[in-house]
Amino acid sequence: MDNILSIVTFIPAVAAAILALFLRGEDEAAQRNAKYVALFATSITFLVSLGIYFEFDPANTGFQFVEEAEWLIGLKYKMGVDGISVLFVMLTTFVMPLTILASWNVRSRVKEYMIAFLLLETLMLGVFMALDLVLFYLFFEAGLIPMFLIIGIWGGANRIYASFKFFLYTFLGSVLMLVAMVAMFADAGTTDIETLMTHTFASNSFDVLGIHVVGGMQTLMFLAFFASFAVKMPMWPVHTWLPDAHVQAPTAGSVVLAAILLKMGGYGFLRFSLPMFPVGSEVMTDLVLWMSAIAIVYTSLVALVQDDMKKLIAYSSVAHMGFVTMGIFSANQQGIDGAIFQMLSHGFISAALFLIVGVIYDRMHTRDISAYGGLVIRMPAYALVFMFFTMGNVGLPGTSGFVGEFLTLMGAFQKNTWVAAIATTGVIFSACYALWLYRRVVFGDMIKAGLKTITDMSMRERVIFAPLVVMTILLGVYPAVVTDIIGPSTEALVANFNQSLAAADLTPATQTVSH
Amino acid sequence: METILLFAPLVGAILCGFGYKYIGEKAAMWTATGMLFLSAFLSWISFVTFDGVTQHIEVLRWIESGSLSTSWGIRLDRLTTIMLIVITTVSSLVHLYSFGYMDKDPQWKEGESYKPRFFAYLSFFTFAMLMLVTSDNLVQMFFGWEGVGVASYLLIGFYYRKPTANAAAIKAFVVNRVGDFGFALGIFGLFFLTDSINFNDVFAAAPKLAETQLTFLWTEWNAANLLAFLLFVGAMGKSAQLFLHTWLPDAMEGPTPVSALIHAATMVTAGVFLVCRMSPLMEFAPEAMAFVTVVGASTAFFAATVGLVQTDIKRVIAYSTCSQLGYMFVAAGVGMYSAAMFHLLTHAFFKALLFLGAGSVINAMHHEQEMTEYGGLRKKIPFTYWSMMIGTLAITGVGIPLTHIGFAGFLSKDAIIESAYAGGSGYGFWLLVVAAAMTSFYSWRLMFLTFFGKARGDKHTHDHAHESPITMLIPLGVLSVGAVLAGMLWYGSFFGHADQVGKFYGIPVAEASAHGETSDHGEDAGHGEPAADDGHGEATAEGEHHYVFAGKPGEGGLYFGKDNTVLDDAHAAPVWVKVSPFIAMLGGLLMAIWFYIINPSLPGRLATAQKPLYLFFKNKWYFDELYNVIFVKPALAIGRFLWKRGDGGTIDGFLNGVAMGVVPFFTRLAGRAQTGFIFTYAFWMVLGIAALVTWMSIGGGAH
Repeated sequence: MDNILSIVTFIPAVAAAILALFLRGEDEAAQRNAKYVALFATSITFLVSLGIYFEFDPANTGFQFVEEAEWLIGLKYKMGVDGISVLFVMLTTFVMPLTILASWNVRSRVKEYMIAFLLLETLMLGVFMALDLVLFYLFFEAGLIPMFLIIGIWGGANRIYASFKFFLYTFLGSVLMLVAMVAMFADAGTTDIETLMTHTFASNSFDVLGIHVVGGMQTLMFLAFFASFAVKMPMWPVHTWLPDAHVQAPTAGSVVLAAILLKMGGYGFLRFSLPMFPVGSEVMTDLVLWMSAIAIVYTSLVALVQDDMKKLIAYSSVAHMGFVTMGIFSANQQGIDGAIFQMLSHGFISAALFLIVGVIYDRMHTRDISAYGGLVIRMPAYALVFMFFTMGNVGLPGTSGFVGEFLTLMGAFQKNTWVAAIATTGVIFSACYALWLYRRVVFGDMIKAGLKTITDMSMRERVIFAPLVVMTILLGVYPAVVTDIIGPSTEALVANFNQSLAAADLTPATQTVSH
Repeated sequence: METILLFAPLVGAILCGFGYKYIGEKAAMWTATGMLFLSAFLSWISFVTFDGVTQHIEVLRWIESGSLSTSWGIRLDRLTTIMLIVITTVSSLVHLYSFGYMDKDPQWKEGESYKPRFFAYLSFFTFAMLMLVTSDNLVQMFFGWEGVGVASYLLIGFYYRKPTANAAAIKAFVVNRVGDFGFALGIFGLFFLTDSINFNDVFAAAPKLAETQLTFLWTEWNAANLLAFLLFVGAMGKSAQLFLHTWLPDAMEGPTPVSALIHAATMVTAGVFLVCRMSPLMEFAPEAMAFVTVVGASTAFFAATVGLVQTDIKRVIAYSTCSQLGYMFVAAGVGMYSAAMFHLLTHAFFKALLFLGAGSVINAMHHEQEMTEYGGLRKKIPFTYWSMMIGTLAITGVGIPLTHIGFAGFLSKDAIIESAYAGGSGYGFWLLVVAAAMTSFYSWRLMFLTFFGKARGDKHTHDHAHESPITMLIPLGVLSVGAVLAGMLWYGSFFGHADQVGKFYGIPVAEASAHGETSDHGEDAGHGEPAADDGHGEATAEGEHHYVFAGKPGEGGLYFGKDNTVLDDAHAAPVWVKVSPFIAMLGGLLMAIWFYIINPSLPGRLATAQKPLYLFFKNKWYFDELYNVIFVKPALAIGRFLWKRGDGGTIDGFLNGVAMGVVPFFTRLAGRAQTGFIFTYAFWMVLGIAALVTWMSIGGGAH
């Protein structure tokens, strides 16, 4: 199959179109059909995408399965994957069927709901595959629309505020990124990402409005992209949209948001910032590392005092993304491997945690921690799954959460021991908030009257968690399934980065050792 | 065989924990216990047949990234085999014991299935602990390290209805994580400097580390000292040493078999094991080692003082454990790792015995744990009484001075105290001797309060006090044998002459000249096969200086530096040093007799007379209160501040300010509909793309 990437990307879109055109009515049968079509389409997407996974050649650090075609008015349609993006594609196709399954109890406007999720999948896959700037921007920005609809239509009471907040953050970042893209096109004369990655943008310092810009154009371009990706990650201090968005989003929306949408920022850093603006990245490294370290401690402390389960997990997500940015900007093999690993691992674990909240929200219609207690007595299976992912969240060795944290910290230690030491305190805080949450919700005696009749997880719910449990253990025990694939590409990325710096007469800062 | 003994407990845990619904509770529990006995059997085989050559068995690849390469694997050397027998023996006995102890637990309601879960946790713990000690690299060790932490967390919080148990469980996990923070940084540092975290590479690089300076945080450090210190911070957490000890007494919230297995015999000794395992690094880190000694001695002293005044039987033993761990660290700190391991081994027997004995008492007394409610139980539960008596004789160190005949603790504790003296740590030596007196006092106090005097407390409970079932008494019997014999049996191997110790651990030894100088042909002596044919292997007074350790870092189970002569110096210690622990023990015993047999009203009067001191000890030197004020409350306050003021006030405040200006404009534009806003966004986006596309196509044409 020469165009397997396009096939994978557009199966969900085609399914969405079928739903939109052919499905009529709001009755029981129509709702059921909508769900089955969506489940079928996402499952098929996953199965076909396995072809990408198995055919992928890790030793080849270039782009594979590349498709190129002329498109509207001189624009190019170009798709491809390399070691860095291929697993994000897999993560997306893996999580989406579970998301649909998790939405089985949606009652209102089921057809539109499913269409939104299917379109969202197409757009997210496009982001990870696009090899043309315009195409990337299109996917990147358009992906927000279905997400907005999901929060805005099927969300909680305060959804308007959350949407506004999201909009304000994202809009500014997008505008700046757009400007930088225009500048890139002006400089390099192409929108082809592969070519841009080998293009050297000017990095001689200059003065603008009396400010001396070290790293020149590269630094400015870096900052423009940074504005967009940092919001997406989200990095401290532009993270405050995330807790609100999560709280208002329906369960499945939170899952997609945490598992996949947040990864676009990290992916962007790896696809654009490091390879295209190495000098700019190097100039800004300290800032980003410190922001990451602050994020980890700051958001962990904030997570400690939350009363809303989803907010707590959202803040925990921000802390975990702090490890990602720290790893990426350590700019060494362990750091970047760890960052990618952490993103994938977080994809499974945070998805599971939001689903876990969803399980009891579906039953009790509250996310208030104080409304629960003693669930283990009536929900032993739930307690087990919750404990498992709590341990994954605190980075217990043997779960995937550990590998990412460990590698990113190891990478950071080589760059800046202050940042590494501060970030390592995150492992203490994460234990505090995660176990404290678990204790209040699951342990204790069951005294609240409303909980006396609560039921344990249904078969459907167990089926949703099973693959996530398997992946969390598999990646924790045998991380080679990931590192074998990303390793060579990361190595090439680091090598190119260091070469570019050397060409610009810079050496990456590391810790000093003397004998 | 090693792989089977390692994974049998995991298989048992999974079968028991998940399978009990299908095969029944009893069958599930026996499966887990059977797997453990299998594991114990294989462990003893590997201990007895171990030939001194370190084996490496790779099981599976693990974390690999660039030059970092780790795998799941087994490192089998003497240090490992010692830990194997300790863990699997105690664990299998505790499994057996739990059949009796956990039966009809009043904490649970009718029909609640808690026993398979308990056995599964115990087996899982054993697996994690085995992973820790068999590890061939630091990351797998960290896996075991955190794995036992989780098992400990689950078992402390086993009675999940009890708020105190839940709080204690979290505390244990979090305080351990504080230690892990240091451990993790130590691993990162080792990787950074040696480009590997496999033991062999790290050990080989240790001499170089001693000459390396590393910038860490604000200043430059000697790499060996810094890394040894960081790893020791991890050990402090796991082994409940001073400042990170607060979780251990609270951990007594867990069922008593757990306290015996995890919080006495195995998990808490992991820190000692870590320091011994890293002996090649420690030997090059004199300052860090001095720190280890000071912390160990201070803990031994501190915990003993607190143990003096506790009334909960399990807490007394818990502080006793804390204190004994301090002893082990002193031994390791002065460079006498084999003495530390010796005490680790004997302590596992007699402390597990004491805990299980206490469990038997608690079981007899219907789960009453306050010693003030005991008294006169000697006749009611004679078997328990005698086994606890053996345990007490062992922990207080009863034996014949200046010989090698005595209970297990006599030999190993004296070995440590002599090493402390020989290692030149006056601080360590004196604190340990004083602690030995206090150990004797509180141990006998426990015996007297429990088994002697008149029955106190609820009469009904005393009338119905009964001896425990056979499944509980067998473990007591087996451990009693260990508590009597373990010291005498292995004295030579752990604390004999260098050639004996060398042979045991597989450390090459070299013949030394009369002045104790290392001969040049040290390598020829080979692995653990000293040239014994010249007859000097016999323990004659002159023979002591005929052999010295001559291994390179990483050869054999332990490493002793070239100038580490503590073993010989300890043997040559003056007589008053050798008898001092015995005298201290006698003093403690006599005091206890005076306080609790002859004059039982004295303790009460003394407590009133010395109220501040009594309260200071009783409240554990106020560590919990202090930590609450310094760490817990500020963390919550800062969290709240950052949330309300940081996120809410500053960041969102800024944005809301912007929003006030911008948003109404958009809403007006979009009309009133909620979803209208979304379409506004979509509209703007499409407009943006349209503009871009237009510009691109015009610009593209230009190129």
